[in-house]
Amino acid sequence: MNARKILVLGATSSIAQEVERLLATDRSELLLVARSEERLAALAADLLARGARSVQTFAADLEDIRRHNDILAWAQNRCPDLDTILLAYGTMFDQKDCEGSVELAVRQLYNNFVSAAALLTIFANHFEQKREGCIAVITSVAGERGRRSNYVYGSAKGGLSLFVQGLRSRLYPSGVRVITIKPGPVKTRMTDHMSNRRIFADAAQVAGDIHRALKRGKPEILYTPWQWRYIMLVIRMIPERFFKRLAF
Amino acid sequence: MSVTPSSIEHFSWGRYPRANHASIHWANWTDELPQILADAPSASLLPYGLGRSYGDSCLNNGRGVVECSRLNRILGFDTEQGILHCESGVSLSDILDVCVPKGWFLPVTPGTRFVTVGGAIANDVHGKNHHRAGTFGCHVRRLGLLRSDRGFLECSPDMNRDWFSATIGGLGLTGVITSAEIQLRPIQGPMIDHESIPFHSLDQFLALCRESDAQFEYTVAWIDALSGRDARGIFFRGNHSARPGTVNLNAAGPRVPFAFPTWVLNQLALKLFNHAYYQWNWLRKGKSALPYDSFFYPLDAIREWNLIYGDRGFLQYQCVIPNTDVPAFEELLRRIRQAGMGSFLGVMKQFGTIESPGMLSFPRPGLTLALDFPMQGDRTLRLMSDLDLLVQQSGGALYPAKDARMPPAMFKMSFPRWRDFQFFIDPKLSSSFWRRVIEES
Repeated sequence: MNARKILVLGATSSIAQEVERLLATDRSELLLVARSEERLAALAADLLARGARSVQTFAADLEDIRRHNDILAWAQNRCPDLDTILLAYGTMFDQKDCEGSVELAVRQLYNNFVSAAALLTIFANHFEQKREGCIAVITSVAGERGRRSNYVYGSAKGGLSLFVQGLRSRLYPSGVRVITIKPGPVKTRMTDHMSNRRIFADAAQVAGDIHRALKRGKPEILYTPWQWRYIMLVIRMIPERFFKRLAF
Repeated sequence: MSVTPSSIEHFSWGRYPRANHASIHWANWTDELPQILADAPSASLLPYGLGRSYGDSCLNNGRGVVECSRLNRILGFDTEQGILHCESGVSLSDILDVCVPKGWFLPVTPGTRFVTVGGAIANDVHGKNHHRAGTFGCHVRRLGLLRSDRGFLECSPDMNRDWFSATIGGLGLTGVITSAEIQLRPIQGPMIDHESIPFHSLDQFLALCRESDAQFEYTVAWIDALSGRDARGIFFRGNHSARPGTVNLNAAGPRVPFAFPTWVLNQLALKLFNHAYYQWNWLRKGKSALPYDSFFYPLDAIREWNLIYGDRGFLQYQCVIPNTDVPAFEELLRRIRQAGMGSFLGVMKQFGTIESPGMLSFPRPGLTLALDFPMQGDRTLRLMSDLDLLVQQSGGALYPAKDARMPPAMFKMSFPRWRDFQFFIDPKLSSSFWRRVIEES
């Protein structure tokens, strides 16, 4: 049985859409949350045509922590036996802009880390009570080491990775699986403004890996594409006194 | 919505000519398009799908493109009536994935399934069933068109009819096609009852066309343009079958890993290939049942097959010659043979008489021939200019979607409605092809 009952937070993101399509062909039941009602409607129609058993949508700004309980209530109401959540949203502002603007830097941290941690707290409690389920969270390889060119985004994603790691340990006794997804650079809306994306992975390829991990409930830490596990291993091993000189 | 600054070279499917696009604008959602158009200077953008046009009709050298391939959502599928509503970046492959299991098939399909619906409309593509079904545009019930000056227009044979007619075969210049509603055709299963028949002359080919067109929905011929005096080839014909079967479109086939050195495809290799292909098909002649993908899309099995022509790329020459002028067609084949420059992908088909709603549509009653030529510089271009004369004298035309070099005079003569069409071009859009055939720099 591959079909799942899944809630996707940030359902209209490039990677999330590709994962949802794979879930649709498994005849899954999908609950989608994203900001734009209009986009959710187009997406829902597409997933139904591609085989989803049902698609329900909820328009909400996930940065708005006050709405988080509404999302849980809605999801419980629409699908009492929800078995999986996928947290798939994030933003990346330009590093240089963040350096020059406290507001932008804080917003970056807030969106990628604070609001995600808030949502995960609510859903962790929910699944812990039910003593089953799977929580999958998309973070980033950028969170593995602070780099000159992208450390604001990186620290937010790194913080989220640690949060999720702790959550995994906390939920282990209750049988809830927690998966950390660490994509390398991917050709998505978030990276469209970058030049020279030849080494970037396709969203569909990354989605294939995520879909497989959701199906199997492992690995607990997924690097995608797989090479990034080893690339990051090397990058983490570079001594700080050399690393700080690197301009990347 | 965001822009990729671009200094990389871009190719069309023929890898000739190349273009440097100044910017790539990604449309992730239809609601982002108005802003992209509003921000653009005049005549600076071209909607881009999967880049399967062979020449320069999908390029916009020195200017920008709007990537539409992420607008790939199916917005509705009425499985009772076979009506599919989708965004314009949906590929025909995606449609097949969804509609074949429900007993529906594309009304018209070109030789690759890796094109978008928007591209199929903008080039008004045709297929092996032209004699029965006409072009792709004949099956578009309505389409959404976003204009930089008029906003969103809903176009159909009854509503905004002129815009509908200009957009079908309109080379992506009349505005950004945002969505379309297509009438599919019912099928009983994914298999094709197929028959292949060797022929040894043009007369035999024409006789096979006459005999088959009434009984077979799909007809096409492969022709060995390098064989001796007579036109040798294999005639393929088929119908949708009621036999059960399964098709897996997603099985990964081989991929051409890099652009082959140009000496690989020399004249001898092509001759040997053609000979082997003929003999192999001769041995397999007769009837069989084929999964639809091997019948319609044999080349899709080898991903990036265009790389075998090497770094210089190739040109495709697809012309149509009116039925009344068979001698011109014979002469065309003779010239190609004489020049000794034919290729292994020669395709021949008799178009039917069903008229397309498209203003600049290419298919018209007659014989069409499509041949690949590895790009060998002036030699190749000279041969094509020779062929142009024959096509022009007979009142024929060349297919813009495959063209990279036809002279402006030829375009204007074979597409006489180009003047009317100009009125419908969106002020923000342009293409390398259009500037070339209209003689703008």
